[in-house]
Amino acid sequence: MKAVGGFLRKHDLAGILVLAAILLVVLPLMLDLFRLNLVGKYLTYAFVAVGLVLCWGYGGVLSLGQGVFFGLGGYCMAMFLKLEASDPASTKIQSTPGIPDFMDWNQLTALPWFWQPFHSFTFTLLAMLLIPGLLAFVIGIAMFKRRVGGVYFAIITQVIAAILTILIIGQQGYTGGVNGMTDLKTLHGWDIRSDSARYLLYFLCCALLIGGVFLARYVLGSKLGKLLLAMRDKEERVRFSGYDVAEFKVFVFTLAAMFSAVGGALFTLQVGFMSPSFVGIVPSIEMVIFTAVGGRASILGAIYGSLLVNWAKTFFSESFPQLWLLFMGGLFIAVVMFFPNGLAGVLEQHRVRIGEWWRKCAGRLRPTPAVPLQRENHS
Amino acid sequence: MEGVGVGEFGSILLMQGFNGLSVFSVLVLMALGLAIIFGQMGVINMAHGEFLTIGAYTTFVLSHLTTTYLPSAQPYYFLVAIIVAFVLGGLVGYAVEYLLIRHLYKRPLDSLLATWGLSLVMQQMFRSTFGAKEVSATLPDWLLGSWQPSGTVDIPLNGLFVMVITLLLTCLVALFMYRSRSGLRMRATTQNRVMAGAVGINTAQVDRMTFALGCGIAGVAGAAFTTIGSTGPTSGSLYIVDAFLTVVFGGAQSLLGTLASAFSIAQANSTLEFFITGSSAKVITLLAIIVILMIRPQGLFSSKVRK
Repeated sequence: MKAVGGFLRKHDLAGILVLAAILLVVLPLMLDLFRLNLVGKYLTYAFVAVGLVLCWGYGGVLSLGQGVFFGLGGYCMAMFLKLEASDPASTKIQSTPGIPDFMDWNQLTALPWFWQPFHSFTFTLLAMLLIPGLLAFVIGIAMFKRRVGGVYFAIITQVIAAILTILIIGQQGYTGGVNGMTDLKTLHGWDIRSDSARYLLYFLCCALLIGGVFLARYVLGSKLGKLLLAMRDKEERVRFSGYDVAEFKVFVFTLAAMFSAVGGALFTLQVGFMSPSFVGIVPSIEMVIFTAVGGRASILGAIYGSLLVNWAKTFFSESFPQLWLLFMGGLFIAVVMFFPNGLAGVLEQHRVRIGEWWRKCAGRLRPTPAVPLQRENHS
Repeated sequence: MEGVGVGEFGSILLMQGFNGLSVFSVLVLMALGLAIIFGQMGVINMAHGEFLTIGAYTTFVLSHLTTTYLPSAQPYYFLVAIIVAFVLGGLVGYAVEYLLIRHLYKRPLDSLLATWGLSLVMQQMFRSTFGAKEVSATLPDWLLGSWQPSGTVDIPLNGLFVMVITLLLTCLVALFMYRSRSGLRMRATTQNRVMAGAVGINTAQVDRMTFALGCGIAGVAGAAFTTIGSTGPTSGSLYIVDAFLTVVFGGAQSLLGTLASAFSIAQANSTLEFFITGSSAKVITLLAIIVILMIRPQGLFSSKVRK
């Protein structure tokens, strides 16, 4: 058994190394800066996908509102950048210089109180993590303690996504409305739109993502991870064993929210704006698609899933815009119907065969332990 | 409000109440089919809005056909359209259940995702067939204009018509569910699938008919919607979240609950809209529903169902 464990651990580590090599070496060498920046954007969704693996794939809690946390993280970062972009000197043509342009257009004459602390970068970083985390915590406590779960929870998170979109669009003067926060230029005087900044932000994004993978693996490898899995498959049994199921759900939902928030903040930094179109129901459910395609129970699979689906989205919308929705819808139906464990599940099924092939190539002959595949059991 | 007399204030109240009733009918029309599918079968059909769009486009096509080929039938085409929309929605629903849904009964979260995929596909199909631009059916003359019981009260006829359809449809569904053999079989299957099977009910067949019925009702709702708004490829999906909330809030298994929740949501929303902006009214209504659902996760009215 120890040998099997060692093999698996080594295998997973190898997977992370491959991912790191692809992200840090292969892609930067292969792609021009524009494409690399796009990959960076896709990777911000991968944060959400990793969070969803934790909370949906392992915890069995499907949230259709991850866009909320992605958006909150992104908006926190955007507020800081927007304040820096609207210093009195560059906004002197406004009737009130020194406030963001959309406030001026909406006849606001002073910076609202909740904008004030976003002058500080430290506060922004904290807020970016804590505001979404706190919101998820409150939602989690409210829902899971009352044993609201499954499809009901999914619908409620969707409603929360709808609420936040309506709020952002409705409160134009405070949030920039439909257009979102645009024209974000500098971070502490450092131009985030320059080529070198784009490279640096891409590598920062990769590094944080790989760090996130390690964190997620640590959580899943711990006793907590086992309990999450047990909870997903037989919630009642875990409850009768004396565990408070709700607390684990709250924890994993909050963690997933914070993952999404980091992704959102990096999105704002790399893309240079944030708008309600990344918050609402549709983007939230798309993020679930990325996870499902890659494999809801595989951290690395979810990352590849985000990359592939987003790449396909860009490809189709550039070349065959009318086919994109058909492709996406068809993909979703196919994945759910035929490959419930996504790409990672397909690989897992053929792992033994691939392993044999690999060993044949390497000229080594050692029997491989077959890994029994467990089909997901939702109830 | 100083200059407003008692009579005028009464009219405003009446009109506001009517607005609330309009929203109520829309919600009920949307939620009725969902309540049957979700309440009786536990399936989350995210493509429900697209079945509504099927009904709306059917009406549009029929209206187009009658104005082109049979102008004399123009006043009556709408009644035919409702029936065709029901049949067409039901047929597509039947096929969808057979091909997709029945494989996913054991995995409710997955059925939610698969039907979302289905809704994307259907939206694209509508867009390819009818174009991205919104279309509207030519309404028969008797639906145009408004009814003015007094000088200050002005009630549009199409709104009234939607209400009548809602009322009729609700009564028909209630009759079907509680007074017919098929309805009995449906309820038996919901309450205890294994036992229902044991007494000789073909539960798979019942599921298919239930799903088809829900989709057919969505089709009728779509036909009714053409009288108050235009139809685009994504019109149906605009209502889906509201509709689900209505069903969940009312208590999934209860038809009465759906009506009560649609009524309270609609009235709360339109009353609030009178005092604050539309978006804030919506936000407050939605938040209130979430809080109430937190306190009563099973919804307003719930019946005991064996899981």
